[in-house]
Amino acid sequence: MASTPHIAVVGGGSTGTGVARDLAMRGFDVTLVEQGNLTHGTTGRMHGLLHSGGRYAVSDQASATECIEENRVLRDIASHCVELTGGLFVKRPEDSEEYFQEKLAGCEACGIPAEVVSGAEARAMEPHLATDVEKAISVPDGAVDPFRLVVANAASAVEHGARVETHSKVTDLLVEDGEVVGLEVDHSSGPGVRVHGTEGGRETIRADHVVNATGAWAGRIGDMAGLDIEVRPSKGVMTIMNVRQVDTVINRCRPKGDADIVVPHETTAILGTTDEEVSDPEDYPEEQWEVDMMIETLSELIPMLEEARTIRSFWGVRPLYEPPDVGSEDPTDITRDFFLLDHDERDGLPGMTSIVGGKFTTYRMMAEDIADHVCDRFGVDADCRTADVPLPGSEDFTVLRDYMDEFGLQSPIGRRSVERLGSRAEEVLDVDGPNPTICGCEAVTRAEVQDAIESSGSDLNAVRIRTRASMGNCQGGFCAHRLAGELQDSYDEPTVRAAWDELLQERWKGQRHALWGQQLSQAMLNYALHATTQNRDRDPADSAEAVDFAAFDDGSGADTGTGPATDAGVATDGGRDGD
Amino acid sequence: MAIESEVVVVGGGLAGAFSALAAAREGADVRLVSYKQSTLAQASGLVDVLGYAPGGDGPVVDPYDAIPDLPEDHPYATVGVDGVRAGMALFDEVAGRYRGDHTDRNAMLPTHGGTVKPTARYPSGAAAGVASDERDALLVGFDALVDFDAPHAADHLRNAGVPFDVRGVSITFPGDLNADAKVTRYAKLLDADAEVPVGGSTRTARAALAATVEPHLDGAERVGFPAVLGDDDPAAVRASLESALGVPVFEVPMGPPSLPGLRLEDDLYAALDEAGVSMETGNPVVDYEDEERVTRVVVDRNGAKIPFAADQFVLATGGLVGKGIDSDREGVREPIFDCHVPHADDRYEWFDHEAFGDHSFARFGVPTDETLRPLDAGGDVEFENLRAAGSVLGGADFAAEKSGSGVSIATGRAAGVSAAEAAR
Repeated sequence: MASTPHIAVVGGGSTGTGVARDLAMRGFDVTLVEQGNLTHGTTGRMHGLLHSGGRYAVSDQASATECIEENRVLRDIASHCVELTGGLFVKRPEDSEEYFQEKLAGCEACGIPAEVVSGAEARAMEPHLATDVEKAISVPDGAVDPFRLVVANAASAVEHGARVETHSKVTDLLVEDGEVVGLEVDHSSGPGVRVHGTEGGRETIRADHVVNATGAWAGRIGDMAGLDIEVRPSKGVMTIMNVRQVDTVINRCRPKGDADIVVPHETTAILGTTDEEVSDPEDYPEEQWEVDMMIETLSELIPMLEEARTIRSFWGVRPLYEPPDVGSEDPTDITRDFFLLDHDERDGLPGMTSIVGGKFTTYRMMAEDIADHVCDRFGVDADCRTADVPLPGSEDFTVLRDYMDEFGLQSPIGRRSVERLGSRAEEVLDVDGPNPTICGCEAVTRAEVQDAIESSGSDLNAVRIRTRASMGNCQGGFCAHRLAGELQDSYDEPTVRAAWDELLQERWKGQRHALWGQQLSQAMLNYALHATTQNRDRDPADSAEAVDFAAFDDGSGADTGTGPATDAGVATDGGRDGD
Repeated sequence: MAIESEVVVVGGGLAGAFSALAAAREGADVRLVSYKQSTLAQASGLVDVLGYAPGGDGPVVDPYDAIPDLPEDHPYATVGVDGVRAGMALFDEVAGRYRGDHTDRNAMLPTHGGTVKPTARYPSGAAAGVASDERDALLVGFDALVDFDAPHAADHLRNAGVPFDVRGVSITFPGDLNADAKVTRYAKLLDADAEVPVGGSTRTARAALAATVEPHLDGAERVGFPAVLGDDDPAAVRASLESALGVPVFEVPMGPPSLPGLRLEDDLYAALDEAGVSMETGNPVVDYEDEERVTRVVVDRNGAKIPFAADQFVLATGGLVGKGIDSDREGVREPIFDCHVPHADDRYEWFDHEAFGDHSFARFGVPTDETLRPLDAGGDVEFENLRAAGSVLGGADFAAEKSGSGVSIATGRAAGVSAAEAAR
């Protein structure tokens, strides 16, 4: 080919950013567009499990084998996003022994290291497990931060020359002479990083090939070119606890069902989940019974969950897909495998490929398949290197311990900062001037927040997913205004205020599902801080009606009755001030 | 034999303190039992009466004009305008370091987030900051103190339409404080006026601070700082800075931990001491005994159950924040006396979907009769000798109204007076 092929990737989740990285590393010219923030769709709404494959070892051994392979790859290339927690499949007295044995055999068949531990041994590892847990299978499950992983993939793509546009919604596919030749995109605030209040605009992006990596939204993109992509979105709830009741991933060892997993994640533990088909990936009911079921059913494994504090709940939609002729009734029966849909071959419409189905743990393998396919199409001979080249942040982990001392950050703030930043720690934390903590719950300092602002514009939710600021117990109660203050150097005040309001609203959204007990007290405290102390609910700056300041007490007449009470320093006290 | 008093007040926040104070001034023998530190450290130290009427538009100029129109289950409707005035009069008597009692009108005060809010009383240290005062202002923040970003606050105030010119500057606080130094660390350094290193030699902290600010004055007629100007002796800290800078100095109230809130707590506890109130602090009330009347409350002191008997009791344990109102997935309750707390059965009706929407939970609390005695679900008095005051009362969204302090003071005083009268 005369010039470098330009590939447009639609979707900024794990698959889309993985594809963008892979293609950019193989020398393609890449533009990625995402309608919201990175991870806006399903990726940002998952339980954070790095599968060992154990969950699929009985029902879907092909997926299980892929999981263990990719599990090993991600531990290596994304070490700063992964916590090696290990996992247990625990068996209660009422759970089937036969299934337990099938699980064990399945793990062995798929190459998943598995070992049976007694109930006592399991409780020695996880003291809060129920006393009647009989035994467990230990597997190499892990926890992964999907936000950090996706941001690192996007950063790597950019390093390799890709253009990444968030808050840019595809409004149409360009089809000319029976071929997809590009996208119409609506930028909500202009190209580049998002800035509130900046006028948006349309852009036509011409491309030699389009990759539709929009997961549960794939059907919508297909519709734009008259293609039927039969994605079957399936919702699942996840409930976040305020502490880690367990440090190991705890799975219930029984055939797949609702509420059967607890994943330790950073300072929290995430309970999951349900599996219910929905018609619209953006509009589905989020219901109380789902949250109650997580708590009640998982309390059978970890009794203390019954009385424990949850800080919020969220829902995600799986981008499930099965070929139309399979016709599964129940979404739990739909395969977790992924499918590459070559629309040239399948629908006679060249110029676009969709990738659907699959799961987070195998995102890189999916991306590799797509990139191989694109290489094939353009006759490009380039090997995939994404399984070998570490992501930014995971490049050299031997220096981490030194960083903590070097940057003068008090442990555990230093430890957590460096864990999040990995090999980028020096670049981010080595700043002039003081580096105070902005978010106390998650130990996020100013340097880390400023680094995130650089890559995410005025969008505090984008800062949040990069840093975890405002994701802890207080859910932004104590730090939302501090984060707003951090935008001050780069943006004007109305922009800062819009970003601040958006963060408060986003934090409220998930907390609504946790409003009882301590978290209701926390919500009332936050409300009091934001409304009473800061008057953010009735901020005159937001009101069309100007305040008649002259009608209010201006201080004159206090004490002596002569002029503003405060004219004269010490005399302010009129001799009666007790202090 | 239980410790005997005429009146036992449970709860040591504003409502408890004013109940105990009012009852003691009526001549009763009063004991105040409180568990944790009061929530005053979490409040800004501004004393609001009514800043916004429910359903009203802009800020209320005169709270006493607006109170008669409040809904009938509002605590202010229970004590009436006269009850609120009486409460504020008692406040003015004991809170000598506060201003605003010369007028019924609210003052607009700058907040640490940079907007303004209406309030009835403000600490003398914040007085030069009132936003209806037209003198030009300079706001000074400290680069490591993340709760107050002065340049941001100044821009925000300007966009809120304040009638004066305001600029903000961020400086490095002299003295090599740790980046995460607490507000009390700043305050103590200024209280002590300790020597701090400045460019190879040393200077006293207040002089060094003033010298750092001085080049930024540029005609400003007053200077605002975050509320860290002294813990023990804020007037002296302010005086030193005013004398060095030649203009009035004020503090911008902040969130927790709030030094103005803690200073108010000091003054209240001094007033309680002076009034002869006995204190039992640091241990929770866990139970009560009754024979139609409450006869005693039981305090858990490291596992030992200590009874406190009295003729009259006041419940002033706070709302959801202070844990005077508790909840679980099934319902909402008042945990000590199990008083009735009205609430929807479906917990998804407890909140609004907007962060600053009309939240039912913000009005959770006990309903009372006209003498502040909690009522059961049937509308009958729960206990003949139990009164309730402050945030444990239902019917007011104090955060939206900016009415929390006023409700606590007015209902606290009224419950205390009424308990003392009944004990006679």
